[in-house]
Amino acid sequence: MVLARPVKRRERPAAAPEAAKERPGRLRGAALRLALMAVPAAFFALFFVYPVAAIVTRGLRIDGQWRLGRIGDVLTDPAVLDILWFTGWQAAASTALTLAVALPGAYVFARFDFPGKRLLRAVVTVPFVLPTVVAGSAFLALLGHGGLLDSLWGVRLDTSVWAILLAHVFFNYAVVVRTVGGLWAQLDPRQEEAARVLGASRLAAWRRVTLPALAPAVAAAALMVFLFTFTSFGVIQILGGPRYATLEVAIYRETAQLLDLPTAAVLTLVQFAAVAAVLALHAWTVRRREGALKLVAPEQTARRPQGAAQWALLWGVLAVVALLILLPLAVLVERSLDAPGGYGLDYYRALQSVADSGGTYFVAPMDAVWNSLRYAAVATVFAVAVGGLAAAALTRKAGRLVRGFDALLMLPLGTSAVTVGFGFLIALDEPPLDLRASWILVPLAQALVGVPFVVRTMLPVLRAVDHRLREAAAVLGASPLRAWREVDLPLVARALGVAAGFAFAVSLGEFGATVFIARPDHPTLPVAVARFLGRAGQLNYGQAMALSTILMLVCAGSLLVLERIRTDRSGEF
Amino acid sequence: MTLLRLDEVTVRYGERAALDAVDLEVAEHETVSVLGPSGGGKSTLLRVVAGLERAHTGRVWLAGRDQAGVPTHRRGVGLMFQDHQLFPQRDVGGNVAFGLRMRKVARAEAERRVAELLELVGLPGAQRRAIASLSGGEQQRVALARALAPRPKLLMLDEPLGQLDRGLRERLVVELRQLFGELGTTVLAVTHDQGEAFALADRVVVMDGGRIAQTGTPLEVWQRPATEFVARFLGFDNLVDATVHGQSADTRWGKLPVPDGTPPGPCRLLVRPAGVRLTSPEKGLPCTVAARTFRGDRVALVLQPAGAPRLEAACALRDAPKEGERVGVAFDADDVVVLGAGS
Repeated sequence: MVLARPVKRRERPAAAPEAAKERPGRLRGAALRLALMAVPAAFFALFFVYPVAAIVTRGLRIDGQWRLGRIGDVLTDPAVLDILWFTGWQAAASTALTLAVALPGAYVFARFDFPGKRLLRAVVTVPFVLPTVVAGSAFLALLGHGGLLDSLWGVRLDTSVWAILLAHVFFNYAVVVRTVGGLWAQLDPRQEEAARVLGASRLAAWRRVTLPALAPAVAAAALMVFLFTFTSFGVIQILGGPRYATLEVAIYRETAQLLDLPTAAVLTLVQFAAVAAVLALHAWTVRRREGALKLVAPEQTARRPQGAAQWALLWGVLAVVALLILLPLAVLVERSLDAPGGYGLDYYRALQSVADSGGTYFVAPMDAVWNSLRYAAVATVFAVAVGGLAAAALTRKAGRLVRGFDALLMLPLGTSAVTVGFGFLIALDEPPLDLRASWILVPLAQALVGVPFVVRTMLPVLRAVDHRLREAAAVLGASPLRAWREVDLPLVARALGVAAGFAFAVSLGEFGATVFIARPDHPTLPVAVARFLGRAGQLNYGQAMALSTILMLVCAGSLLVLERIRTDRSGEF
Repeated sequence: MTLLRLDEVTVRYGERAALDAVDLEVAEHETVSVLGPSGGGKSTLLRVVAGLERAHTGRVWLAGRDQAGVPTHRRGVGLMFQDHQLFPQRDVGGNVAFGLRMRKVARAEAERRVAELLELVGLPGAQRRAIASLSGGEQQRVALARALAPRPKLLMLDEPLGQLDRGLRERLVVELRQLFGELGTTVLAVTHDQGEAFALADRVVVMDGGRIAQTGTPLEVWQRPATEFVARFLGFDNLVDATVHGQSADTRWGKLPVPDGTPPGPCRLLVRPAGVRLTSPEKGLPCTVAARTFRGDRVALVLQPAGAPRLEAACALRDAPKEGERVGVAFDADDVVVLGAGS
């Protein structure tokens, strides 16, 4: 996910447009870039392109014959068209609703100073790194059968589309607040003041100065939200019931339950095409956004609200955050403690024994916590290594090839995780790559989702390192390698920490691929939650809530650490 | 002895030449200022010498050695960047010691040298301070100390005082000149500010669109601008087409005296404001005072002769005529300069 913020354009000295570089230097640069790209390219070829291609081939090639006719068959199937229609409109509706709810929030976080702002900003980001399964369970606890609304007023919204939409808003609120608000906080308010002095009304100044500067960020955020909701899996799986299915859920059902691989393959291709289109649009808006904006430090633009209207806006946003984000999380915790014999840690205790898991596991569910942490740690190492190299290769802005590579790195974000997971099982089961029985499969799949986050966090920081600092080091006698070590590395180290944290949180919550490849005796947290939710009974439900709470605390903990590390807002998230 | 020599150095960005066959020599212990408008190729000149930019044609010689193929970090020159480029993640001491570390100077020796340099630039004991806590002037001093620390053969300064306020700038120019004199450093500085260039340098090189328009001591350049470009860049506007006959020239301002030995025929003349003398309206060229600007010890006047371009003049405050007053103008041969073709 990009959530890219405009790269601050530094004024280049009169020297050094790329075109002027001597030929040998350029060649050396290209060679270096290719070498850096080799590892990430191989990683993606092996663990993304190959499995996805394998599963598509398996579906469309029967007895050595391509059956492309199937594409037509599937695409004219009314049931499939229904799914496509639902996937599209719920994504559009979720995006519109998220923007409507979160844009005022973006403004408040950008321009107002109030106590506890930093903490609150971290809190609204918690849902974003929360596993979809937890988000689903939280809303289930709020809106579902026996949920808070049900027990208070007998209102149930699960299996209604509202539950899905609200969960999507819950999930993506931070995307808008961070992408749009991050830029908004850095827009120089004096630009608007200049327009006011020139005779523009308050509204006209906003419309003509701020809005155009903000529009690309809004578009980028909207496209990102659209992408996430279009490929939504965990939320729909838990809240959608049998009535609602997105493409991703349909792919899962076709592959895992109905074993109809051809249909799954076609649906994968459709989703692939849609995601590619959205990403292309997104890349375009981001590129346009990198135009010269006058940016200032965020601390300079925020001030205490003044007047009744601004206070009302602040309180309104706080109320929305409380209702939409804090309440579901709080209810989740409450349900996990609400044991039959009164509030207590019964469900948590039950997690520690095999017997109480209702035969769901060969191991105590608590072991899932350790599995998750271990897998996520390994996945983080992979993601940071691959993503770091890719970001280093992409640092220099360059031609089509590099931009194409950039886009390729983003694809796993939108490609059906279910397809990737199932593809792993199908493709990586033969020597020399017989990994099916190996635990490494899970971290590999999780790393795939982590890499785009690493690249998006590192890239702007790497690009922002002023090349003249390297020149200054060179003039003082540092060789190019030494200059990189002395100048780039210290500046980038912090971003590396942030990237690792994001990769860790994302790996921890990965569900779509992991659900396929995690071995039954080594479930991860999200998989364990989903299994509990799939079974009837108070104890199972309670344990699902307890596990979700643990997962939430781990994710929130790593996020709070991130907020501490990141004193500068140079990253793209 | 010549420390730096440029032979016909050309740097092109696409079609545009940032440096166009530039020849330049800097002698040991000399301070040379390159003066010119922004975008005139000044920074490129420094970058070519430092090896940060490659010359398309021509050669750079340092201490008698051709620098082709010598990478930046082995050239042994110092460069103070326009906006200092201090390493933000290191403290003041770490910045100053950087070049010493690259040369593997022993730690104790490096520490001694850092302390000495910080003393020299007027920031004693600032080793542990963070870069972000420094004011613009302090940053400038640290950048200077950092550039001086490895004792470079040649110290290059890119707009060294550009971002500082006026008072600080004037003080630092004096300090720098003293410092370079004491250290015997060879200095090549570029600036767009003539005051800075004249105050700092033994020799001034004026650049125009990638070419050298004039070289000379500050006094020579100020008194005898070589071309119309140089004259205008220095702020002189009394320029006129003329035809020389012997001791005088015909212009739209009437007959002007010209220096001895001026070749006859058409040319372009500069009359420095000091050479425009006010007389009574009956004598000399009759003019109306169009504007007067108070400049402290003197008054700058804009005079409008009938049917001819405006003239700039300067006079003492008590003699200054009022706006709209009628005056006469006579010209001094000493302040009339015959300009070369140039641009």
